[in-house]
Amino acid sequence: MSEGWPKNPKYLSKDLQRVDAHDKVTGKAEYAYDVHPKGCLYGQILRSRWPAARIQSVDLSVAQKMPGVKAVILIQKVPREVRYYGQEIAAVAAETTEQAEDAIRAIKMIAKPLPFVVNTIDALEEGAPAVFEGQSNLSKAKIRNKGNVDQAFNEAHAVIELAVSTQVEVHHPLETHGNTIDASGEEITCWASTQGITSVRGGIAKALDVPNNKVRVKMDFMGGGFGAKFGAGVEGVACAQLSREAGAPVKLMLSRFENHLSVGNRPNSLQHIKLGADKNGKLVAFDLNGFGSAGFASGGSSAGGGGGAGIPAPYIYDVRVQRSSQIGVAINAGSARAFRAPGCPPASFGIESAMDELAVKLGMDPVELRIINDPQEIRSKQWSQAADRFGWKNKYKKPGSSPGVVKTGVGCAGSKWAGRGKGSSAEVEIAPDGTVEVRCGTQDIGNASKTFMTVVAAETLGISPELITARVGDTTFPPSGGSGGSTTCPSVSPAVKDACDNALEALQEASGISDLSGANWKKACARLAPNPIIAQGKWKKGLSGSGTGGVQMAEVEVDTETGFVKVMKITCVQDCGLLVNRLTAESQMNGGIIMGIGYALYEERVLDPITGVALNPNFETYKLTSMADTPEIDLELQNMPERGVIGIGEPATVPTASAIANAVANAIGVRVLSLPITPDKVLNALSKVPAPEESIPWGRVASLTAQGEFIDLNSKEWIV
Amino acid sequence: MNDDKKNNEAFRFSRRGFIKTAGPTTAAAMAGRVDEAVAEIEKSEKQELVGPAASPIELNINGETRRLKVEPRVTLLEVLRNHIGHTGSKEVCDRAQCGACTVLLEGEPVNACMMLAVAAQGKSIRTIEGISASGKLTSLQKEFVEHDALMCGFCTPGFITSLTALLEQAPNATDEQIQEACSGHLCRCGTYPKVLKAARAAAGRRGDA
Repeated sequence: MSEGWPKNPKYLSKDLQRVDAHDKVTGKAEYAYDVHPKGCLYGQILRSRWPAARIQSVDLSVAQKMPGVKAVILIQKVPREVRYYGQEIAAVAAETTEQAEDAIRAIKMIAKPLPFVVNTIDALEEGAPAVFEGQSNLSKAKIRNKGNVDQAFNEAHAVIELAVSTQVEVHHPLETHGNTIDASGEEITCWASTQGITSVRGGIAKALDVPNNKVRVKMDFMGGGFGAKFGAGVEGVACAQLSREAGAPVKLMLSRFENHLSVGNRPNSLQHIKLGADKNGKLVAFDLNGFGSAGFASGGSSAGGGGGAGIPAPYIYDVRVQRSSQIGVAINAGSARAFRAPGCPPASFGIESAMDELAVKLGMDPVELRIINDPQEIRSKQWSQAADRFGWKNKYKKPGSSPGVVKTGVGCAGSKWAGRGKGSSAEVEIAPDGTVEVRCGTQDIGNASKTFMTVVAAETLGISPELITARVGDTTFPPSGGSGGSTTCPSVSPAVKDACDNALEALQEASGISDLSGANWKKACARLAPNPIIAQGKWKKGLSGSGTGGVQMAEVEVDTETGFVKVMKITCVQDCGLLVNRLTAESQMNGGIIMGIGYALYEERVLDPITGVALNPNFETYKLTSMADTPEIDLELQNMPERGVIGIGEPATVPTASAIANAVANAIGVRVLSLPITPDKVLNALSKVPAPEESIPWGRVASLTAQGEFIDLNSKEWIV
Repeated sequence: MNDDKKNNEAFRFSRRGFIKTAGPTTAAAMAGRVDEAVAEIEKSEKQELVGPAASPIELNINGETRRLKVEPRVTLLEVLRNHIGHTGSKEVCDRAQCGACTVLLEGEPVNACMMLAVAAQGKSIRTIEGISASGKLTSLQKEFVEHDALMCGFCTPGFITSLTALLEQAPNATDEQIQEACSGHLCRCGTYPKVLKAARAAAGRRGDA
């Protein structure tokens, strides 16, 4: 599959230090947030304080006359509706952030509050306030059917049923969404905190009604995105319009509060699952009845830009006969966006919880049950590999059998992800002094793009990485598309390799030297003077692969008096295809796991059903995993050069929460049915307090999801 | 403070320092020292009122005296980033919840987002820009690079700043001290395991991983 890569690499699959680490540890790295063109103003956005309202009029006149204020704009003409707490209404640009804040406060509005609904279950009910007037809150059901499910359940040896739910998770990259934009002249420059410079360019050009070639988007550094930073966004468009109106550059970075409300999240899910197996543990039937909300757009055509509420159940397992009916439910909340492996963590939590319940019913070891039912060759071996590393056989005990007040337990879960490459392009410039610049219009979102580009170029050109400078994040570079879907490394690496191959050929021809190794490199390059060589390259089939699998195992301690869960250890075995740079790939895996711990135990967006207001829009109450919460992480990154380059950023985060949830159930002998597993839920489960998931009118949900759109099992929408 | 004491004493976060400056009057009154409380009140009454308009302030940043005019409501972080171009300290939460804006005030880590610039006058302020001013990386920074203790890098200056203060006070800091120094810092990319390893190595325990 990947004959193109060298058999005995010198730089590939090793530990090249992150090439921009020096700038990051000294504070010199310049993010969109740090760029400060001369005369730069500060932008801010006025947001809805109502979860639903008709804005009848907005008076900008007082704000316009305030000290330091240079531009005030309406986001959308009034009268209009707002559909969630935090929706954008107007924006200002002023000389200082304080003046901008004052001006925002001086904008007067007349609005009529409307009925609203922020709870997904409430929004299902007949007579619930409609998020879009005259429209149902429910999307058409998406139904998948394979075989006769009722018959298969009747014939099954063991059947379990359970209802689980997952929360809304907010991306919260540490650098908030935003841009610094200079649209004061004809040539527009936008420094964006983005995962997709090209789509930002399109968005800004469209908003200002200028040709694409008048807009340059730059992104030297960006402080994280996790799927929420692809387009120009309402805040990007507002920033560009403010800059044009003020005739000066404007920086508009959202606050943490704003980031919590309006720039994406992972939809929640409520799942009623039925799973059946024969007496050998082979799965024979699966049924999912589910719903979830991707925010206000959930019932409409735009289900959140790649972040719809559907989940790819039963995810990694092979079940011959299956049925799944799901609906999206609109609520008065900010829209979802793609979030690190969209759909997969909730799907994993549902099916892996069901697998463990089934294992108990069958009297089987959970790892054994998974091996029997795993259709993927690599992962079906990883279960045993992970179990050996983790010491599963010694650690796994009957659920609830751990003695004492603080009980220990173990759990496991698996992941799959495509991680394939697509049409990136890159170029390589070889200078007469022997140095090389590699350019690609991709982004470095913390995934070490510049570093793996350097590795690939050093390997292909046969020169030291020190001679190479990799540059990304500029729309004047060859285009590469957005950094999402774990596609960046498998897309960019082949393009860089191709460009380097072409550059080598051109250098041989121009210099007349065919052996470019060792001292010949500088000799050949010197013959180029005064002009450099520039060669282009494209992603090619065969250098990248797809279809990665991974297995994680978790060990936890649960204090049955306080309900506190501590994760003690995570073991992770991950297929990485051709591992391009081990050092930075390890960091990606750690990061996915640590984010998964947050999903398991801490993170949840809470909306108040009475006021419709977000209750925890800050890092004190929306809790991220901290260093103290981070357990021992044992990684096995499986390097399989023959499979080509595969992206691994997303699968890393998928199974962590499922494995932790199963470990908690194993420790205490009862299952907490929803994420995050907070101490109160643990104590309720121990006291046999019925979980909210059990009181959902699932019969009514089933009648709502019974009719709908049939989804072809081979439809791309469901393939991840 | 002698060196031994520095090493042995648990690393302190600077909230205590804040309480000390904010509440001497209350503290004195609570302790029943009425004379002292009266003296504090008289002292504060004698202080010149500033604002709401911009007033001149003088700050000592990385050993240099900077004079500028800002409104009293302007934070130290705002001054560093928007007035003098030291953008290494980041605003992430604006609520002292994440540590990305950490600077050293008289050598102690504080959240610059929660301190008014006027209140930082007369104190030495050291930012990430002042930590390797010569351009030469400190051993902590070198270990961060070597262990890949950073990803997107947005939280990194904050971690480096707090850990620098720790290692200056306790060059052989224990894991517990490192954890405590990092306790006010959040990272969304998930670099904690490697931050811990890098800090351990900088504290002279390279092999312990």
